[in-house]
Amino acid sequence: MKRRAFLSLLGAGGAACLLGQSAQAAGPKEFPGYPGSFGVLFDATRCIGCRRCEAGCNQVNGLPAPPEPFDDLSVLDKQRRTNAKTYTIVNRYDNIPGAAGPVFRKNQCQHCLEPACASSCFVRAFTKTPQGAVTWDASVCVGCRYCMIACPFDIPTFEYWEPLSPRIMKCTMCWPQITTGKLTVPGCVGACPVEALVYGKRADLLRIARGRFAAFPGRYLDHIYGEHEMGGTNWLYISGVPFKDIGLREDLGTTSAPQYTSGALAVVPIIATAWPALLVGIYAIHRRMDKVSHEEQVQAVTQAVAKAQEEAAAKLAKAKADAEADKKAAIEREVKKALEEAAKGQTEEDK
Amino acid sequence: MSTAAEMKKTWLTPFNIIVGIILLVGGFVTILRFTKGLAGVTNLTDNYPWGIWISFDLLCGVALAAGGFTTSAACYVFGLKRFHSAVRPAILTAFLGYSLVVFALHYDVGRPWRLPYPFFVQSGTTSVLFEVGLCVFLYLIVLFVEWVPSALEWLGFKKPRNVIVRMTLALTIFGVVLSTMHQSSLGALYLIAPSKLHPLWYSMFLPLFFFVSAIAAGLSMVLFEGTLSHHYLHDKMDKVYLSEHDGVTFGFAKGAAVVLVVYFFIKIVGITLDNNWHYLLTGYGAWFLFELLGFVALPAFLYAIAVRERNACLVRWAAVITVLGIILNRFNVSLVAFNWQLPPAQKYFPSWMEIAISVFIVTVGLLVFRFIATKMPIFYEHPDFKEHVPHEGEEEEAPEFVEHELKPHPQSLGH
Ligand code: SF4
Ligand code: SF4
Ligand code: SF4
Repeated sequence: MKRRAFLSLLGAGGAACLLGQSAQAAGPKEFPGYPGSFGVLFDATRCIGCRRCEAGCNQVNGLPAPPEPFDDLSVLDKQRRTNAKTYTIVNRYDNIPGAAGPVFRKNQCQHCLEPACASSCFVRAFTKTPQGAVTWDASVCVGCRYCMIACPFDIPTFEYWEPLSPRIMKCTMCWPQITTGKLTVPGCVGACPVEALVYGKRADLLRIARGRFAAFPGRYLDHIYGEHEMGGTNWLYISGVPFKDIGLREDLGTTSAPQYTSGALAVVPIIATAWPALLVGIYAIHRRMDKVSHEEQVQAVTQAVAKAQEEAAAKLAKAKADAEADKKAAIEREVKKALEEAAKGQTEEDK
Repeated sequence: MSTAAEMKKTWLTPFNIIVGIILLVGGFVTILRFTKGLAGVTNLTDNYPWGIWISFDLLCGVALAAGGFTTSAACYVFGLKRFHSAVRPAILTAFLGYSLVVFALHYDVGRPWRLPYPFFVQSGTTSVLFEVGLCVFLYLIVLFVEWVPSALEWLGFKKPRNVIVRMTLALTIFGVVLSTMHQSSLGALYLIAPSKLHPLWYSMFLPLFFFVSAIAAGLSMVLFEGTLSHHYLHDKMDKVYLSEHDGVTFGFAKGAAVVLVVYFFIKIVGITLDNNWHYLLTGYGAWFLFELLGFVALPAFLYAIAVRERNACLVRWAAVITVLGIILNRFNVSLVAFNWQLPPAQKYFPSWMEIAISVFIVTVGLLVFRFIATKMPIFYEHPDFKEHVPHEGEEEEAPEFVEHELKPHPQSLGH
């Protein structure tokens, strides 16, 4: 009984999972991005690693001054990532096969078309604006940091040193400044001296990129990073060296982040409805079985009791009979003895 | 009797001293956490936003508290009534376990007072974490209601207690549904990060892995904890609990063996479907095999032997290995195999203060458990509220001598 019970439990779990599989296949369709949304095109063949974009970002966002000034290029000797005081960083990549010298690459939030951070946040603190930027709302964030786990580009950062009001910090594509008219292009783009960064509509940026491929044969790889990666991003990269050599992962695939979890989430209503019904069913079966076995038991008990009583009665009767017989025999014996005594007395008297 | 020396002697036991130190250190680190922030006490980084407070306190805590729903489901839904005496301890452990998980989260999240926000202010329903949070929140309420009769019996409130007891089946089913969802969702949390988790641990079956292994963990925890309680709270146990203890032990051991075997095979299916066999030859592969063979296959085997030979001691060992295996698995998924492409120097290792808080929280749990188990009817039935479901054949009205002749051996049922 027990083994069957556990197996039925497991079987049910497995079925739920398989249902999840098919649900995933039927999950949300690919989202091509908001039409007319803005983005930035970064050209690694143009970037000179001057860090002016970092300075521009720092200034327009009012971020704290870094320990080393922005014109200190020795910080490029180490690979860096974004942190809670720095929305964007430039890294230098040396010794790339086929490259004449070092190649630089700027990193910041990619402003995904279907952001992992937004889909993973349980208070919807992130918004993918129709204009392209992914923004974050401090008034609801709990500080669980699941968005940091989820982001495939390792972008959101956290103010770990804040005891009670730590914020998630990341690039906003200067969306607050641009909507309020303080800026027309993001701080980094405005600061770049060599137009390694271009701000514009994503569709136009894709055209510009292809135009450069055509205008400078052999200068670029025929790939726009971010066109399809992780479902597509508003920030785009073109380069003359493989993207993996400048710190952009090439194994991310083109599936958008929300699709990885949609299957698991689709199972929820199935579990919530099918599971209780199944469990009640199992309960009913066991109750029925219990009832039957209970009845059988009662019957068996009654029978056993009856049998025992019968046996006891028979035993008693036999004992009674035996006792009776014993008594009879004893009486007979006594009578016989008395008679014998009497006869003996008689003969003695006769003498 | 109550001289000062006497008092000193009774209070300064090694147990009390250790507990005292743990509580003191815990209090100290708590103050640090809420004045200096997470940076003051943890080794968390932007690459490792989740440390052992998530790996151990949340992932392991929830998995190891699965004994509550497995035991009550076995008893009330699957009709295994002879597990009845194991239900209350398991419910109490689960209730405390989940309470501590929520307590621990207050250390980990940035703004703890906002923990109810997802349900009351703004809901991110596309997030797996939302599902986890909602289910844990609801299940905590269910567990509380399931535990309340013990307290009411202790206090002597008959009426409310009876109302709740009548809802047992509904509560149990609700609990199983919620547990199924959040146990699996804890695995689903990592589905969104295929690029960060090593392929040997990443699988679209992660939710199923977490769910099935949680059942094994729950059963093993009931066994493990039964041993400990047996040792330390023996005088609080009644005849029914003690007489059923062996039946529960081997019944659960058999269940755990089956579940572990199933878990082992779905793990293999997971590797095969993703065609990840070649990774087994790497360092991570060796570590994966260590986990799978040493902490899944081995305890399954030990459980099977123990049941066959009715060896309670071996059951205990198998339970301990299973529990360690689940902890190892959760650590592997959330820390070791997570960010596997990061250079070793950037990998996370907990600070002593993070460990201290985890130890502190477990200690608090043990103390509360001991308090409740010594005060309230957990291991025994309150004389005023006796309603122990008798074994089949153990009918009260049946004549004494027949009862024992008819009572089947507890184990003979399962075969
Ligand atoms: S790069 Fe990361 S933080 Fe930026 S939008 Fe995409 S998922 Fe969000
Ligand atoms: S840390 Fe804040 S923004 Fe990030 S997922 Fe949690 S609640 Fe959302
Ligand atoms: S400012 Fe322009 S050239 Fe200078 S590092 Fe930034 S992107 Fe490169």
